[in-house]
Amino acid sequence: MNDWDDLYLEVILDHNKNPRNKNILEDFTHEAKGHNPLCGDNISIQIIMEGDNVAEARFTGSGCAISTASASILTETIKGKNRKEIELLFGNFHNLVTGNESEKDLGKLSIFGGVQKYPARVKCATLSWHALMAAIEGKKETSTE
Amino acid sequence: MINQKIKSDFPILNQKINGHDLVYLDNAATTQKPKVVIDTINDYYRKTNSNIHRGVHTLSQRATEHYENARTKIANFINSESEKEIIFVRGATEAINLVANSYVRPLLNQDDEIIISQMEHHANIVPWQMICKEIGAKLIILPMNQKGELIVSELENIINKKTKFIAINHVSNSLGTVNSIEEIVRIAHENNIKILVDGAQAIQHIPINMKKINADFYCFSGHKIYAPSGIGILYGKKKLLDEMLPYQGGGDMIKSVTFEKTIYNDVPNKFEAGTPNISGAIALGAAIDYITNLGIKNIAKHETELLEYATEEISKINGVRIIGNAENKASVLSFVIDNVHPHDVGTIMDAEGVAIRAGNHCNQPVMDFYSIPATARASFAIYNTKEDVDKLIAAITKTIEVFR
Repeated sequence: MNDWDDLYLEVILDHNKNPRNKNILEDFTHEAKGHNPLCGDNISIQIIMEGDNVAEARFTGSGCAISTASASILTETIKGKNRKEIELLFGNFHNLVTGNESEKDLGKLSIFGGVQKYPARVKCATLSWHALMAAIEGKKETSTE
Repeated sequence: MINQKIKSDFPILNQKINGHDLVYLDNAATTQKPKVVIDTINDYYRKTNSNIHRGVHTLSQRATEHYENARTKIANFINSESEKEIIFVRGATEAINLVANSYVRPLLNQDDEIIISQMEHHANIVPWQMICKEIGAKLIILPMNQKGELIVSELENIINKKTKFIAINHVSNSLGTVNSIEEIVRIAHENNIKILVDGAQAIQHIPINMKKINADFYCFSGHKIYAPSGIGILYGKKKLLDEMLPYQGGGDMIKSVTFEKTIYNDVPNKFEAGTPNISGAIALGAAIDYITNLGIKNIAKHETELLEYATEEISKINGVRIIGNAENKASVLSFVIDNVHPHDVGTIMDAEGVAIRAGNHCNQPVMDFYSIPATARASFAIYNTKEDVDKLIAAITKTIEVFR
């Protein structure tokens, strides 16, 4: 048992090592780049929106294990969801990683619960989400600062 | 003598972090403070606190005396011609901004050039960039090689009629490179160019002799030499300081003021507008006493041994690459681990009680040079031991296991 076991769960380590949906989407409809100037992490999100729904999601870029795994799981989670559902999900996810009250069942995203003990890493977990929200809103870039 | 007992001079080191004895290896960011420095600040506010250079009462005279004594200690420590060449500032950053604005800006015309190096801290890039942008001048970069050494022979090639100033660091904060600063100063002077040396990462590791280095300006921050933050030193040759315009206006930097005309004070007061960080200056004097007692040469020897030991041990680990392999290095060990981001390294280290820095170290151009986003950096000080290095190595090994 190590202190960091609740942060670096097996699933997170696996998504870091073998990220899902990490490639360029040729026919995306929305994209945005997320940048964390503090650590230099760059995560770009590309999505295909069909009406109000996300039909496809991919990411590119580089970052730490937490931001890479978060982006990877994000792309899996948001497929098929509409804008309103995604906004709600991000709100709940944000509450989870910052340690605010969250009763909601976040499914796979709940593995990021360990982040709340590491305030310096919250921005790593939320970088791809900020990029996603920027993309949906039609912005090109976002920064965690 | 540098030995295990030194740790007990630093109260902060006697604590557990995440259940482990603290191993503090982030000294290039800031050093911890010995009890004597903390006590000096405490004593100042308990017994001496008063404003300097103005009161006739006893406390004011006492505060002034302690403040000016600190200046003399620093002048002696770096072997300057006189204490008038020692200006108290907030830190190296303010010192560079002062020189940029009060010395270089008036010299600068459109299309003129200022030379800095590839390995500068942002503090020795941005102030120059700001005045260059304003005046339409250019920033010219002295390159470095893959080992992280400046290509000093290039300096002659990039100097030309338009070169107005050179600003170079003595020791790189991300690579640990000790630059051949005397040679660089000599080349600058042969071409009639003035030079500032940023000594923020040198002053705590290397004996500094201004008569030998012969730089026109030299600066450092107190907090990297066991003193508090918010105090630092700009050394400048008196003749240049005399010629320069003040950096800021206010009290203490004037001889007389009317609404029509102000007569500026002499150096160094001309550059110390407003009530300065009096306790910080006095505490910096105490820190200088502390390291003078230990002997800066002994300190250099001790830290070099630690750096060599750490370099040797870290080189044995597969998948770890040292960033910065200069022949002459001081106390800084930057590294990257294959497929592990430095921030993840930092988090695991912290869980093991080992404090290192993970990031770009205010050194983005250096990170870009090596095409890496960041490094993990261990940096050593007088209180570090071989056991600290062993714990660092053990934590690196653990990190690799986690991310295997």
